[in-house]
Order: sequence, then C-alpha cells, then structure tokens
Amino acid sequence: MPSSRYDVVVVGGGPAGLAAAATAARAGCRVATLDAATEPGGQYWRHPPGRADAVADLHHDLGTYRRLVAAVRSGVDHLPDHHVWTVARHGEGFDVRAVAHGRETVVPGSAVILAPGAYDRQVPFPGWDLPGVLTAGGAQALLKGHQVRAGHRVAVGGTGPFLLSVAAGLATRGVEVAGVFEANSLLGWARGVPAVARTPGRLAEGARYAGTLAWHRIGLHARHAIVAARGDDRVRAVTVARLDSGWHVVRGSKRTVACDAVAVGWGFVPQIELALSLGCATRVDTDGSLVAVVDENQAGTVPGVYLAGEVCGVGGAALALTEGEICGRAAAAWLGYAVDRIDDRLIRRRRAHRAFARAMHRAHPVPDGWRTWLDPTTVVCRCEEVTVAEVIEAVDRLGATDARTVKLLSRAGMGWCQGRMCGHAIGCLSSVATGLPADPRQLAERPVATPVPLGVLAADDGDPRVGA
Amino acid sequence: MNDRFDFDGRDVPFTAGQSVGAALFAAGVTAWRTTRRGGRPRGLFCGIGVCFDCLVTVDGRPNQRACLVPARARLRVRSQKGTGRAELSV
Repeated sequence: MPSSRYDVVVVGGGPAGLAAAATAARAGCRVATLDAATEPGGQYWRHPPGRADAVADLHHDLGTYRRLVAAVRSGVDHLPDHHVWTVARHGEGFDVRAVAHGRETVVPGSAVILAPGAYDRQVPFPGWDLPGVLTAGGAQALLKGHQVRAGHRVAVGGTGPFLLSVAAGLATRGVEVAGVFEANSLLGWARGVPAVARTPGRLAEGARYAGTLAWHRIGLHARHAIVAARGDDRVRAVTVARLDSGWHVVRGSKRTVACDAVAVGWGFVPQIELALSLGCATRVDTDGSLVAVVDENQAGTVPGVYLAGEVCGVGGAALALTEGEICGRAAAAWLGYAVDRIDDRLIRRRRAHRAFARAMHRAHPVPDGWRTWLDPTTVVCRCEEVTVAEVIEAVDRLGATDARTVKLLSRAGMGWCQGRMCGHAIGCLSSVATGLPADPRQLAERPVATPVPLGVLAADDGDPRVGA
Repeated sequence: MNDRFDFDGRDVPFTAGQSVGAALFAAGVTAWRTTRRGGRPRGLFCGIGVCFDCLVTVDGRPNQRACLVPARARLRVRSQKGTGRAELSV
C-alpha cells in the first residue's frame, strides 16, 4: 500500500530532537517525531505532565523548551509513547519502526534524524542491587518528573558535574543529602580552564550548584566514593572511602554513612544501537563512550541519516540544542529545501561546547580501580544476577577471550536490559581478566532496541503506515 | 493526593501524571518483585525505563516497567516473583 513518506523522521524528543524537528519544519519539511516519553523534553527537561511550572526552579531554560514545544506541536506530527525498536533502510528512504500501545507503527521518511539521548553509566559495587539504590538520573527523574524524593537522607556518589545537579535538586526539595562523593580530584579541571572560559554559562551553572550545596551545608568530598551499600530489605547505610588516582581504596579510610537512599552516576552512555543497526560508523569518544561519527552537518556515514545530541558525544543540553538545529537545517538542505546560510554562531557554539565536554570528560575519567571494591559474590549483571566470580570464571576456566564470549558463557548482558547497565563493567572485567583491550562495540549492538512482543512482530502485515 | 490504585490489596495514593513506580516509592514501597535466581528484592533503579529492574504486574499483565506505567485509579498492581508467570511453570 503506497503511503506518502515524511521528509524527515526524528527519533527522540529531548533537546536535540526538539531542535532538529523544529528547525526542519521551519525550513518547510514534513516532519514526524517519535518519542518514547509521553511528554517532550527528554531527560533534561523532565517535568510532571502538563505542569512544567511545578518544577521550574529545578530547570534551566524552560523558555527555550516552551518555544521548541510550541514549534513542534504546530509544525510537526508528534508521536509520544512510541518506542523505536529499529530503523531500516527501505527503498530510497527509511522505515522507523516503533512499538506504541502494544502495536507496531511504521513511520517512513526520506531522511532520519537520530537523537536518542543517553542513560547513566553504572559501576557495580557490593550492595548496589539493594532497593533504594538508584542511578543519579533515576533520582533526578523521580524528582523532576514525578515530584517524588528518593529518600529522606540520600548519599550521592560517582563522578561528574551531574552529581551536583542531582544533589542540589534533592536539597532544594527538602531531602537531607548525606554528602556528594566525587571519585575524582577536582584538580582535573585545571587543564580545562580555557575550555570552561569559552562557555561561561557552564561555569555559572556549576557555581550555582556549589552555592546551593554550601547553603544546605552539604559536604562535597572529592576523591571519595561509595564503595558498598549495606542494608536488609533496603539500603540503610553506605561505606564511603577515600580513593587514590587509580580508584583503589586508601587503606584505613572507610567509614559508614547512614542513609535510606543512594544516587550514583558515573557519566553517561549514549543510546547507540539504532545508529549501529543502520550501519553508521562509530568512534570511541574522550569518555570511552561509543558514539556516532558525524561530519560538520551532523550527517552520519549513511546517506540520509543525521545524528544530534549525546549520541554524537556526551556533552549536555546546550550542545544538543546546537547540534539539533544544525542537522535540522542540513537535512532540509539535503532534501532540496531552500535554507539560509548557516549561522556562524551555531558553529562556534558547537565548537565551544564540544571543547567543554572534552575538558569535562578528562576531569572525570573512570579508571578500572573500582574492580577492587568488589567481592566475588557482587552481582555485576543485575538482570541475570551474574556475579564477579562467574564473569572471571568464564575467562579463567571456560576460555572466553572477549566480552561477547563472556556474555555467551555467563549470561551477563543477556537479560532484559540487554547489557545497558552492565556493559561497561563486563567489558572492563573481561579485558582485565583476558589481558586484551575492550572493544566497546561488542556489547553495544542491539538489533532490537526495545522489547517487542512476538505477537506484534507476527501480526499480519497490514503494516500501518503513518503519514499517508 | 487525589486518586488511589490497588497494590497487593492496599491503597496507594498518587498525583496526576505520576508513574506507578514513583507512587509506590513515595508510599515507602521500595521493592515489588523478587529476582528469578536469588529471590532478591528489586524496585526502581534507573527510573527511565532502560534497566528493567522495576518490573511489576499490572491488571494481570506481568513485567511492566513500573517507572513507565502511568498511575491510574482502580489499577490492580501486584508484586511479582521472578517472571510473574508462575502459572506457566512445569
């Protein structure tokens, strides 16, 4: 059944996706946006549905958000609650296939813009699977999206400036923050001073968070980490320790901090699987993340595929907005629409924010010393409950020589989350055990990006096509 | 707090727009399933739908991500053991 395809189909409703969709629509393109969430905004602009005002004090730049959402609602076919499971080439264009409300929807486009965002990187530690231990992003989502506090007394740990944002948000809403435990030394920013100077907004943001922490008397403990969580049916306390530069525990430095919830984050992992499925080239970014290769127009290595935001390199919302605007315009131009000459300010802004991101990644590395915090019984793959001992056994006794074989032999990475939570740890542990470098692609490919019921795939191919 | 849903026979209040997982957390419930292997309690972890820790049974359908299911009045939410499909065991 022939259908009229969209000019541009955007995957993702966060800053990058919104900017891309609004820009392409403004240039005259017929645009559809598929967003897994019910409300636009992605993670960055999470808010209770229809009530962004309720959490305005926790947000930056809601003005930009409202402007973009207005542009999208009036000029774009916005499809919320659509979980894209694959993007496939179809003839001269692409089919974006999504699961929505138990059925499959196929949205065809001549060009596709991928802006799927990222999720918190995780590092396992004893007790991290106790109820009440959340990712930093999870604590933030609870607060911003649902106005729920993660606990009464929350320990925040990991590495990266995002921890400050999480702690400040919790404190602003009356949570007692037991401390922010930043595993790296803050001196790592010293090399990044020139980059920070070019993005004064980021510096101001950091200063605001530091001010909030000081106001609430929240201790920021650099070179410290939450190395264990303790509790019975939920977390009741954490063990905090001082670390050396390789993240090994400094002997004698462990102490107990009482808490009823934990928020941990160690940087972010881009959602790269759709780009990989399409055959886009990838590279390893400064933070070790697998990201898409893009040119100055945010075009991927597959013609007609553009990418923006975290998937091109973790760098925050301002960078995502800039990249989204650049590729919305570039996609329109590629399709033959008349577009204005690109504003040099966009190019400069992208360059400045990318430089900031590099400085941030260099200041917040994730050395593999966290391995030494683990017991043999520590769960590494949460879904399949595979322990450290079992991962190492896959190498030492069963002969695995890489992360993929470790997965096949131990089941680590085979569960529901498909290695999203444990991928970094499995890659690292496998690499150390085998003595061979980790290949980040190995656990990043997911031909099915989101669970699809068999019945949906098997349904008669009346193949509902949106856009006719 | 306006509406309530049923979780294992008790009323759990929620505000409009909250997820089942968020409402449970706000009510002090931090775990609503046990794992298949070790029978360990799990609730929210990533909060954004990518970790699949928060699986719960909603209106008879197991393995729904509680952090994504919008809370609605008269929803029947049940904690689950493992896959929540005990009736299929042989």
